[in-house]
Amino acid sequence: MKSFIEYIVSIFKGVWTLLIGMKVTGKYVFTPWKHVTHSYPENRDTLVMFERFRGEVIMPHDANNEHKCTGCGICELNCPNGSIEIISKSIVTPEGKKKRLIDQHIYHLGMCTLCNLCVKACPTGAIVMGQNFEHAVWDRAKLTKVLNQPGSKISEGVKE
Amino acid sequence: MSEIKEVIVKTDRLATDKYQVNMGPQHPSTHGVLRLLVTLEGEKVLNVQPHTGYIHSGIEKMCEAISYPQIIHLTDRMDYLSAHMSNEAVSLCVENALQIEVPDRVKYIRTIMDELTRLASHQLWWCVYGMDLGALTTFFYGLRDRELILDIFEETCGARMTVSYNTPGGLMFDIHPNFQKRVKDYIKYFKTKLPEYDQLLSGNVIMRERTEGIGYLTLEEAIDFGVTGPSGRASGFSNDVRKHQPYSAYPFVKFNEILDHRCDSLARYEVRIKEMWESISIIEQLIDNIPEGDYALKMKGVLKLPEGEFYQRVETARGEFGVFIVSDGKKNPYRLKFRSPGFSNLFALNKMAKGHKIADLVAIMSTLDLIIPDIDR
Amino acid sequence: MAFNIYDFTTLTHNIHVGLAESFSPVLATTIEWVIVGVVYLLFVALFGLFLVYAERKVCAAFQQRLGPTRVGPWGLLQTIADFIKLLMKELIMPRKADWFLYNLAPFIVIIASFLAIAVLPFAPGLQSLDFDIGVFYLTAVSSVGVIGILLAGWSSNNKYSLIGAMRSGAQILSYELSVSLSLLTMVVFAGTMQFSAIVEGQRDAWFIFSGHIPAIIAFVVFLIAGTAETNRGPFDLAEAESELVAGFHTEYSGIKFAMFFLAEYINLFIVSAVAATVFLGGWMPLHFGNFESFNHVMDFIPPVMWFFMKVLTVIFIIMWFKWTFPRLRVDQILTLEWKYLLPINLVNILLMALVVLTKFHF
Repeated sequence: MKSFIEYIVSIFKGVWTLLIGMKVTGKYVFTPWKHVTHSYPENRDTLVMFERFRGEVIMPHDANNEHKCTGCGICELNCPNGSIEIISKSIVTPEGKKKRLIDQHIYHLGMCTLCNLCVKACPTGAIVMGQNFEHAVWDRAKLTKVLNQPGSKISEGVKE
Repeated sequence: MSEIKEVIVKTDRLATDKYQVNMGPQHPSTHGVLRLLVTLEGEKVLNVQPHTGYIHSGIEKMCEAISYPQIIHLTDRMDYLSAHMSNEAVSLCVENALQIEVPDRVKYIRTIMDELTRLASHQLWWCVYGMDLGALTTFFYGLRDRELILDIFEETCGARMTVSYNTPGGLMFDIHPNFQKRVKDYIKYFKTKLPEYDQLLSGNVIMRERTEGIGYLTLEEAIDFGVTGPSGRASGFSNDVRKHQPYSAYPFVKFNEILDHRCDSLARYEVRIKEMWESISIIEQLIDNIPEGDYALKMKGVLKLPEGEFYQRVETARGEFGVFIVSDGKKNPYRLKFRSPGFSNLFALNKMAKGHKIADLVAIMSTLDLIIPDIDR
Repeated sequence: MAFNIYDFTTLTHNIHVGLAESFSPVLATTIEWVIVGVVYLLFVALFGLFLVYAERKVCAAFQQRLGPTRVGPWGLLQTIADFIKLLMKELIMPRKADWFLYNLAPFIVIIASFLAIAVLPFAPGLQSLDFDIGVFYLTAVSSVGVIGILLAGWSSNNKYSLIGAMRSGAQILSYELSVSLSLLTMVVFAGTMQFSAIVEGQRDAWFIFSGHIPAIIAFVVFLIAGTAETNRGPFDLAEAESELVAGFHTEYSGIKFAMFFLAEYINLFIVSAVAATVFLGGWMPLHFGNFESFNHVMDFIPPVMWFFMKVLTVIFIIMWFKWTFPRLRVDQILTLEWKYLLPINLVNILLMALVVLTKFHF
């Protein structure tokens, strides 16, 4: 007799737990306007990423097409897998001193792991992490970028 | 007489039909690239042999060629759900080797981020577990809650999953001014959602039928296999590194180590749910009391560890993760070895799944919470 | 031709008379068959498309997301796009498969669904077959679908398809019993097996209200057994255990798979329609005995709309089951049927018989 009562009680308990589970999902299905998803490609205009988001490495240029990179190569040393190649050149200033200038700051976006060590190590703050995350391209050559724009030069007053 | 004996022997050989099936490297469920060679007899599982190595990337070898601050970004990618804890393990190992002590602020922030990572990892485990059992909505509820934690990470560390926030000597940047408020709001929100997890899945009679008594792992077997983490604690194996060898800010908080003696799948499930409550309690104790100070010590440009061997263990969401560094005085380690919790947990699967049906095998594997890149490195 | 949306008998009568006047009797009957067949085909196709879309949207609502939104306004053309894709796929047949049975199986499943739809009363006058053993015919004909599944598993020449088909077959056969017994409970209450008479008998109150406790128990059992019948919801082991044992329709691709897929949704419709007819009143509006004005207000909505509203409600409840509960293992499915549902059904029939005999109902 006892097992028969247990049987009946187990049926009611089982059905009760199922109904509680249905109540949880029922709460969400009757409020479908509270969906938690973004409509991604349609909301590109209003999409704002967080300011520290690590999207890719960029070299900001100001209005006069000037940047702060001195070509010291510390970012290249700190990069764990060789995604940065610094090609620098040497010029002689009017005062007669030898100065090193950046020729090409080559950045392999295809290899970069976005670890932020280059940005941390840069002594002048020339490179920062940009917020663009849409890097898909049809041609792999486009993933090798030169960060300093053509015709740009280093701005005045940047300490070594 | 001899003919009768022959007949009996023949039917004996006909009776069972063992066959081997490959649950191949590509799974419909999301555990990763793991190959299981399952020997079946009818519907019963006789033997499960895992073949690992499909995602071996040579991380330990790569670490021999790079310097210590550069190792951090590789540890993110092994156990990607406990990225912060793996980073912390390497940072702590290097700091202990150099015998430096980080400021209290760093310890508190590291522990808060640890517990947030543990919450995020358990949420993902829960949602995948529901999906493996067939309750497909749990996937989205778990991910919805995890997305908010990933937003917190993105705001402070810059990346959602591969955070690379720790560095030997401290943190990479200070916490964002919004950090404390966001974490407090999130804890308030999540405390209303965690009971829903119980209502939806834990109490469900169907779930109980499928997990109670399935996948036994006794205490002796757990110790023999070295099953750590929540899977081991569900068998009564007290192995929480946060309690036995506290690091960072764990000496300053009060929390319980969740032990369960039922040893089955339901126990492993409930241990993780209770751990989520404990994580919430730890974060609540720490979030308002972050001391002021620096976010990192000033380290030399090139770190050279003294010669010798150094080991550091931390408690990730899966179990005990260890970093073993053999250094010969240069700026690269001579040899670096990671003790991954998933590797030991995986090989207990054979013991747990023997005698059960095929349908239970996936459910048992899901309670072990395996991350395959952690196993293969 | 007068088109009265409240009562389709005038429409059908006028068509019948019109045809009988213009053509010979044999030709008129044949043309009527063709018209009925085409109407059912169109209905099945359109409703199947709608159900697939509705399932995706409802599933998305449970999961706090949006579902299809891009193909067509609000994603309405999504199913059409899916079916065009299925039509374009290559029809691969395993080499050693039994050619005749392999191609026959999808058709058998669809035929069973069509046979069952034919007896359902959509509105007064919109019922093509009105037997006096309607309920009995329905349960008999829905068993034909199992043959299709078993044929599909056998003829695919695939060990795992066969296991999946056997499991599915065992499950459907077991739950046939529960479905039939719960329908039998309501037949005991209604006193007749004819569908139109069952619906007429609910003019004062739906059976689920007037038959109180036994009817409610029968309704719950019917819902559970009905979801198991259609291989849906928490009972979808046969098709979702895709790690080792793939379902019976693994070896089917393209349009043949589309037929199995469509048949599943049409079966869902049939189960819901039977539940709506036998328990919830079919096309009968909600009447409460003597409340004249209330009944008059309820009569404003055409019976066709009442029918579809009830069917969609029951379909929604069945979808709710699917998206909330984990899956049951195959031995648990059979335990549920033979150790729980069957005893409950038998006791329920006894209870209902007592209720009818003592007239202890509304």
